[in-house]
Amino acid sequence: MSEVHAETVPFVRGTMLPEAPPPAAERGAIHWLRANLFSGWVNTILTFVGLFVLWWLFQHFYPWFRHSVWNASSMAECRTLITERWGEGAGGGCFGLVRERWNQFLFGFYPPAEYWRPISAFWLLFLALAPVLFTESRKLRWIVVGVASVMAFALSMLMGAPDPVLICLAVGIVLWVVLIEYIPRAALIVSVIFPFLAVWLLWGGSIWGPATILAGAVLGLAVWGALSRFGALAVLAGLAVAVLWWWFLSSQAAIDLQRLLPLELPKMESRGFGGFLLAITIGVSAIVMSLPLGIILALARQSDLPIVKGFAVIFIEFIRGVPLITLLFVASLLLNYFLPPGTNFDIILRVIIMVTLFASAYMAEVIRGGLASLPRGQYEAAGALGLNYWKMQRLIILPQALKVSIPGIVGTFIGVFKDTTLVTFVGLFDPLKQLADTIRATFEWKGAYWEPYIFSGLIFFILCFSMSRYSMYLEQRLKRDHR
Amino acid sequence: MTYSDNSTARMTADRSAMSVGDEVAIDIVKMNKWFGTFHVLRDIDLTVRRGERIVIAGPSGSGKSTLIRCINRLEEHQSGRIVVDGVELTHDLKNIDKVRSEVGMVFQHFNLFPHLTVLENCTLAPIWVRKLPRRQADEIAMRYLEKVRIPEQAHKYPGQLSGGQQQRVAIARSLCMEPRIMLFDEPTSALDPEMIKEVLDTMIELAQDGMTMICVTHEMGFAQAVANRVIFMDQGQIVEQNSPREFFNNPQSERTKLFLSQILGH
Repeated sequence: MSEVHAETVPFVRGTMLPEAPPPAAERGAIHWLRANLFSGWVNTILTFVGLFVLWWLFQHFYPWFRHSVWNASSMAECRTLITERWGEGAGGGCFGLVRERWNQFLFGFYPPAEYWRPISAFWLLFLALAPVLFTESRKLRWIVVGVASVMAFALSMLMGAPDPVLICLAVGIVLWVVLIEYIPRAALIVSVIFPFLAVWLLWGGSIWGPATILAGAVLGLAVWGALSRFGALAVLAGLAVAVLWWWFLSSQAAIDLQRLLPLELPKMESRGFGGFLLAITIGVSAIVMSLPLGIILALARQSDLPIVKGFAVIFIEFIRGVPLITLLFVASLLLNYFLPPGTNFDIILRVIIMVTLFASAYMAEVIRGGLASLPRGQYEAAGALGLNYWKMQRLIILPQALKVSIPGIVGTFIGVFKDTTLVTFVGLFDPLKQLADTIRATFEWKGAYWEPYIFSGLIFFILCFSMSRYSMYLEQRLKRDHR
Repeated sequence: MTYSDNSTARMTADRSAMSVGDEVAIDIVKMNKWFGTFHVLRDIDLTVRRGERIVIAGPSGSGKSTLIRCINRLEEHQSGRIVVDGVELTHDLKNIDKVRSEVGMVFQHFNLFPHLTVLENCTLAPIWVRKLPRRQADEIAMRYLEKVRIPEQAHKYPGQLSGGQQQRVAIARSLCMEPRIMLFDEPTSALDPEMIKEVLDTMIELAQDGMTMICVTHEMGFAQAVANRVIFMDQGQIVEQNSPREFFNNPQSERTKLFLSQILGH
């Protein structure tokens, strides 16, 4: 319609215009190149500068990788090989170190005969996560569950797990997979129990230790459930019963049960944990525990109850105001002064608690941001329908707030996971520094500088990048606003 | 001054079907509310009988929204009494939950839950507050979605619907709790002109079913068609209340006359 005439000449449209495709110049690879790389002379220059930088980096680093040696048992042998092959003065990576010390990178000083334990715990972790993380896509869930089951079993067998263990593992995995597929609710309960199993697998000792601690939690929940009509009182009663059980009864019960039905694995020392076993143990525990703790802190900070709010604010601001290393020193040195003499409070447990508290403070602020992004109308609508505080939070507020916070939450997760390398300062064998230094200190690998860093960096990158991709998948899956 | 608006012609309601009982649904006595030091509601006295349809009008800032938000305790009053269905609103959370599950509310900005489908929006409260089994909640939800004439949208998300459709879903969501009283807080103010009618039609039908309704609205055609009483508020006080015919044709106070001339005089 001609706008000029529309105002002066009466006009009535007879037929509506059909939709037409855009002109050819607006489509295809040429259009993309022109629009994105050469859209003006400044952009054209920047494109060429960028290409030059890429080329320069490549030709600078590529020979080092091309000359690298994977089959060598010492630094000296590796250097000889490089000189033989590429001539005098050629530099190259000695990745033979990674090959030779692979197990040490993964397990630290964990005894090789028991490698099957961390390996099966690691792969079973994915079975535990599947009902939580991969609920909507059946195909994806099957891939995760399938790969994890096969790896858990096959690697345990390769690592020489005893036969009775293999039988238990096979039966357990099959039952678990059936649960995940047919009774997802029960599978969720198994996911909650899994950490206790993992603790037993990693540290060994009698199975009744973790089992009686789990029993305390179940007992507490049962008391809470039975008294639920008394509200907050029921929570306190449940907590009291659980604490009493843990304090007075659980260790004796574990000893008695062990005498009755001995089921135990060789006990492992926390000081023997190292490499990625250590990083993943601390990282996963802190990640899993910091999310619920962070949610509670975020809600507490928004609470109308002044004491609850005050506690949350002080906790969050204090923890965020202190470097993680300080907390780790507190965990490793100070805590022992306050505990009664003779108590042996595991160093990894202490570190996990500190890292969890640290992460949960950050998590709380990330989630508070999500809570703040929700319009007041959501609270009002939920309230007007008669939902009480907890139901409102659980059904309306948190699902939306957490969805908004996914990038921040996963960012915190990734940060926590990388921060686990700081345990080097309390004498644990983190994969990046302490363990690498230990390897460098040996006669064979003296002088290997970049290789351990590159290798550890790569593994960290793979793990963090997977988390980041998962978060993008989750955001996509939860996309509901079609605005 | 006579009230004339061509929308009245389209809005026809069968008044004979709408009966008012003797039973008191809401009783507000000498209620006062302050926001900080600002006195928003002053000595409000209002009795609503079962089946009554009340329209509250007034300039913005006159406290009309605050008044109806006090009825389900989205706002807390500081003095006086509010009794809803025989339950007095106090600090007792049990009473508040009880009142809220009997009183439905429709908001200006719909406030649907964007992460749930239309059907889930409707079944949420019946399942979690009324403790109905999912199947039964689904049935009730579909019945009310049919009543507001959008059963075919049940599995879409609110973000995919038009404003008028969203507001009708919001009405259905409230109805699914089978409330005895419905509060409407400017339900058509955020809608495009083309969508106002579909929402008003739904509200008229609801009135014909005998629902007790309190509506804050600027739709004077709707007030003429269904209200038993129009309440005019200014500066936190009830300035005038009367039957719609008297209110529009023979307003008493100067403030009401000014208000009516401003909203109708063009």
